[in-house]
Amino acid sequence: MNRQIRRVAVVVLVAFLALLAAPLYWQVLAADRLANDSRNTRVLIKEYSIERGPIVLADQTPVAESRRSRDRSDPLEFVRVYPNGPRYGMVTGFYSLVFGRTLAEQEFNSFLLGRAPEQFGQNVTDLLTARETPGGTLVLTLDKATQEVAESALGGRKGAVVALDPRTGAVLAMTTFPRYDPNQLSSHNPEAIRRNWDRLINDEDGPLLNRAAGALYPPGSTFKVVTAAAALENGVTMDQELPSPTVYDVPQTSADIRNFGGSSCGAPTLTLAEALEISCNTTFAALGVELGSEKLADEAEKFGFNKPSPYQLPAATSVIPRDQDVPATAQSAIGQRDVRVSPLQMATVAATIANGGRRMGPFVARQVVSDRGQVVKRFEGEDFGEVIPEDVAANLRQMMLGVVENGTGQAAQIPNVEVAGKTGTAQHARGRNPHAWFIGFAGSGDRQIAVAVVVEEGGDAGSEATGGRTAAPIAQQVMSTYLRGGG
Amino acid sequence: MESRRNVELSLLLLALILSVGAYVIVGLAADNEVPSGSAGYGATLAGLFLGAHLVLRWRAPQADPILLPGAALLNGLGLVMVRRLDYAEAAKENYRPEAPAQALWTVLGVAVFVAVILVIRDHRILDRYRYTWLLVGVVLLMLPVLPVLGREINGARLWIRIGPFSGQPAEAAKIALVVFLAAYLAERKELLATATYRVGPFLLPEIKYFMPLLLAWAASLFVLFFEKDLGSSLLFFGVFVVLLYVATGRFSYVAAGLGLFITGAVIAYNLFGHVQTRVATWLDVWKYYDDRGFQLAQGLFAMATGGILGQGWNQGRPDFIPFASTDFIFAAFGEELGLLGVTAMLLVYLLMAFRGLRIALAAPDDFGKLLAVGLVTSFALQVFVIVGGVTRLIPLTGITLPFVSFGGSSLLANYALIALLCRISDEATPAPAGRPAASADTGEVTVVR
Repeated sequence: MNRQIRRVAVVVLVAFLALLAAPLYWQVLAADRLANDSRNTRVLIKEYSIERGPIVLADQTPVAESRRSRDRSDPLEFVRVYPNGPRYGMVTGFYSLVFGRTLAEQEFNSFLLGRAPEQFGQNVTDLLTARETPGGTLVLTLDKATQEVAESALGGRKGAVVALDPRTGAVLAMTTFPRYDPNQLSSHNPEAIRRNWDRLINDEDGPLLNRAAGALYPPGSTFKVVTAAAALENGVTMDQELPSPTVYDVPQTSADIRNFGGSSCGAPTLTLAEALEISCNTTFAALGVELGSEKLADEAEKFGFNKPSPYQLPAATSVIPRDQDVPATAQSAIGQRDVRVSPLQMATVAATIANGGRRMGPFVARQVVSDRGQVVKRFEGEDFGEVIPEDVAANLRQMMLGVVENGTGQAAQIPNVEVAGKTGTAQHARGRNPHAWFIGFAGSGDRQIAVAVVVEEGGDAGSEATGGRTAAPIAQQVMSTYLRGGG
Repeated sequence: MESRRNVELSLLLLALILSVGAYVIVGLAADNEVPSGSAGYGATLAGLFLGAHLVLRWRAPQADPILLPGAALLNGLGLVMVRRLDYAEAAKENYRPEAPAQALWTVLGVAVFVAVILVIRDHRILDRYRYTWLLVGVVLLMLPVLPVLGREINGARLWIRIGPFSGQPAEAAKIALVVFLAAYLAERKELLATATYRVGPFLLPEIKYFMPLLLAWAASLFVLFFEKDLGSSLLFFGVFVVLLYVATGRFSYVAAGLGLFITGAVIAYNLFGHVQTRVATWLDVWKYYDDRGFQLAQGLFAMATGGILGQGWNQGRPDFIPFASTDFIFAAFGEELGLLGVTAMLLVYLLMAFRGLRIALAAPDDFGKLLAVGLVTSFALQVFVIVGGVTRLIPLTGITLPFVSFGGSSLLANYALIALLCRISDEATPAPAGRPAASADTGEVTVVR
């Protein structure tokens, strides 16, 4: 009988091995998938029981913070609140029970929860002293006054404003319109969240889209700065006389290039500086054809085109095709055809020139600070080095100063401050008003700022200067506000 | 040879420390202070198990030293989990805390353990009343079907209620029937192993020897059809087949038994909607998440969230799982104590089962061997059915996790079960002096063809 008992023992052992394997599967192999299943509210409740760190501006103004839920029957302990409503939503993102997290709330989630490896030491100390570890504070680079002015200057027109510190790449302001209020998606009421979400997602204007970093536009004449940079790098000088006909007969095609409204550029030839000042299309189209598609694209890539943006939060990649035929190259040289840019990219173009040719990748999160005031982690913009020679940058700066002083960008002038800039009026669809653009930079004392402004359909098809008239004043307000702030 | 009892004493102390420690941690996590009942809990538990330990020293000094500490650990941790779930459910209206009742049942359970050790001085006494055990078992099984007495809860008619007391008589019936089967098979094993008829590929013994076994099969089918309890039915039938095999050494019984079980299962599947539901839910729990798969899915979520180390006592949300304190207590442990915790728990069960089989190997008589195997099989099979069900290894059938789940009948029956194993092991171990040595293995039965 003992032989049978031993066999029974083997069967028992096999059955228990199966029993041991089952939890191994659920608790290790399938654990991630199940623990993060949207129907498993455990992880969520755990996460909402942590006092998530606030997101603050450079001056410590909170723009996202966790408050104890007032509803006692609420199983979630903390609720995320955005005190400024929609103002900083394009950077903070939202923190939603139903739709997860976006932007800074997502990218810096582990820091905000106090769970990043850098915060481990603190956690161990807290564990030993039985102290609840609150999450880290995320400090942004945004400047409060500049952000507020950018918002009010855009004034409810569709478009975006980005301002950078050219020396570091720090984002000083970033606004977009239309926009959304992250509070509407971050409550503890799933039905209300879903309702708000449906409304936002079905809104044709795309209020959830951050136009400053995530939208791509034709850059129009602001791209002439890149074309001018390519020309300067390839032997053209600032004072060189270039043909500036009323109509440029583009080789290999019957589609000619004209100036805005068909006007002449005032003289049969212009210097490169003069051509930029009045934004003469024919001169730059011809320059582009002479340089060729490759060299034009090479130059744009030095500013960051065709590569994923180094920005810390999701951003669109600005593009220019590398092998275009002659007619396409002519149009690309004046920022039309297939060239597509984000306002953030164009702000980087201005910032690179302002910084003497050294490009700094834009960044918006400066550091994470523990609740005891210790800096846990510091972030910097990626340094791409001197992507264009210093003398070329100096020439470009001088030419852009002329644009604001005498040319299309006069609306950006600030008393007693040297302002450099370039306007743009980008056509995007037949029968629609073009987008109004302005990029530029200025400095005063120890403060420097580079901006890009786009106002969708803010220009007038009739005149190149209208881009400047709509967008340049916005840039002017943003820059002067920031520079004044320096005292 | 007092060393066995000394081993038991140290293991008991370990089990007590783990249980009381868990109890204190739950209180700390819930109220941020050492719970006021800690001392009472610790003292009661210590008193109970040290008392049982002393009784073993007195009346069964050679008994196995692992079983009682194993039961104490599982029971102690189970109590803490039941109490921890009380904390979570306390906010609900009309919630009746389960921990006080479970504590009372624990006291009664240990009393049953002591009573069995004291009353049954030699397990062979049980052999004499085999048909009484059959009768007791069958009556207990049928009680829930009776009107007035019986209660149907969650689709299974398993309960009886007399005044304020309710219970699952199947738990006691299980032990009575194992005793009967062991006694019957110990006597008739030669006859059953002797084939006189050939039916298809099977060689069958005289029908009259076979009859009681058919009766046992009928009883298990009865449970299945009239009480709609898949788990208990599987349990009875599994024990029955294993005992037949151990007694006769013939695989044909196993094959025939499996055939009968599969036939019964197929019939049940086609007849009962709730069986089909169980199988469908098992195959794709996520499809039925919103209704009948909810419990199983929540259990899996709980275990997944627990991960390897677990959330810690009172740090998870096992209260999200319906019936967390009974059928799904294993998942609750998975969430709070993690893979490490449930693995340790399964290893305790495995260790106890192996000790039981060792007792069977060493038992001096056939009845003792079969009784031990039957008890171990029912114990291990019960663990397999509920843990396998909760972890989606097999279709889920509601049954208690021995010593851990909330439930009095189960606790009493399992204490009786390990008491019987302790009793057999006391006789199986050669006494230092005086008692005759255990007889050798009875050897294999020759099959006459």
